[in-house]
Amino acid sequence: MTNVIEQLGAWAIIRVREMGRMLLFLLSAFAWLVRPPFRFYQIIKQLHFIGYKSTFVVVLTAGFTGMVLALQGYYSLRKFGSEGLLGSAVALSMIRELGPVLAALMVTARAGSAMTAEIGIMRITEQIDALDTMAINPLQYLIAPKLVAGVIGVPLLVAIFDVVGIYGGYLVGVDLLGVSEGAYWNSIQSAVEWKDVYGGILKSISFGVIVSWVCSYKGFYTRHSAEGLGRATTEAVVLSSVLILVWDYFLTSVLL
Amino acid sequence: MTFRHCDLLNMIRLIGVEKKFGDQPVLQGIDLSIPVGKLTTIIGGSGSGKSVLLKHMIGLLQPDRGEVWVGDVEISRLSGMRLNDVRKRFAMLFQGAALFDSLSVFENVAFPLREKLRMKGPAVTRRVEEKLEEVGLAGMGHKFPAELSGGMRKRAGLARALVMEPEIILFDEPTTGLDPLLAKSIHDLIVTMQRRFGFTGVMVSHEIPEIFAISDWVAMLQNGKIVLMATAAEFQRTTDPEIHEFISVGGTVALPGSLVG
Repeated sequence: MTNVIEQLGAWAIIRVREMGRMLLFLLSAFAWLVRPPFRFYQIIKQLHFIGYKSTFVVVLTAGFTGMVLALQGYYSLRKFGSEGLLGSAVALSMIRELGPVLAALMVTARAGSAMTAEIGIMRITEQIDALDTMAINPLQYLIAPKLVAGVIGVPLLVAIFDVVGIYGGYLVGVDLLGVSEGAYWNSIQSAVEWKDVYGGILKSISFGVIVSWVCSYKGFYTRHSAEGLGRATTEAVVLSSVLILVWDYFLTSVLL
Repeated sequence: MTFRHCDLLNMIRLIGVEKKFGDQPVLQGIDLSIPVGKLTTIIGGSGSGKSVLLKHMIGLLQPDRGEVWVGDVEISRLSGMRLNDVRKRFAMLFQGAALFDSLSVFENVAFPLREKLRMKGPAVTRRVEEKLEEVGLAGMGHKFPAELSGGMRKRAGLARALVMEPEIILFDEPTTGLDPLLAKSIHDLIVTMQRRFGFTGVMVSHEIPEIFAISDWVAMLQNGKIVLMATAAEFQRTTDPEIHEFISVGGTVALPGSLVG
């Protein structure tokens, strides 16, 4: 019995310590961000990687998400004879919920995993130690630009996701299922408020931090082996996705 | 090139340094002084903690107990900006060279100049090309680390270490994974550069007996302690059977000057 309690305690201590280390990692990366030298080129490079290169996959998923939302929405709304509200149903779910969450999950899968692998390989091949020995702080040089790129890049991707999704819904709802075009756009105009957009932006900013933070943290503390790198990448994707969904729930409950 | 005035005979001093990884003690009370302007080599069996010892000298690892002095600064409890100030006197050549693989060879060597000294333009080009030529990589600047052989990667790493003209250079097994001829060429290069620039060199190596010919001082690490630090000639005269056995496996001990002019 004591053995079980002992193990439980040891497990809890390890978890708490890990959480503390993660938080310190984030805070010190932000602290290094505001100290010169400022590396704008690194930020642009990361923005290109996290943002621009994720555009295609985001557009693709957004299009299909909007289309399936229109299908499902039409099916439910027709039961009440209110197909005209399809536009608002699609737009609200996109802007408030699905845009930020799905875009962030796609960024985790595409850019986050690559981020972990890249930093992990730099750790294993002592490139991070090399930065240290050159008196260049790796948090400032490597991690801070990724955090900034996440904070700027993810909201922009979410904006694209929302727009493409709404047009995807239009394609299915208006062109395929015969909802009136005027009703589709009108219902969006009357239903979507600034509060909805604002909530979506707030979510996507925090998701941007989560993706860059979790994925670079896991890479930064990779164990020195190929197996360790594989595990770090998996853990990064899983933890980042779970955190996005959990944080989404809490943020929604506060914003509502 | 200029060195900061230093009237101490020893550049780096370790006093009673102890380090454990988990339950496993690696360093168990290291007392070691690295003479200024000389090439000192640390030898010892695989897994004896030579690289760990080297990483303590530049603050990549911190001792559980003991002190690490670089010049007149005790670095074992330093961090952040103050540690960085000390590290500016150092360069380190890593086992796998640790070149940044997203950058070309030229950009790798230029990296500390651009990032640390904020140098720009032709001044960078001139200095980088000069260093590349010194290590025998003239005209290879456009290549990427993945396109280089092991020996060339080490040379590029050495160019990157030399480009800041540091006071101290640490070499972590600079010839591991190279054939004997390549290893000798890297050793020759290190010695030539050390003689030319007069930096304090600390090298970790398995290459016995070759290192006796190129090192001014040799220190042997065994069971977490420095068991002997002496010149190559003194090493040869040692009567300790264990040390004698370790250093004579690779052949007879070569005296300084017999391999390198």
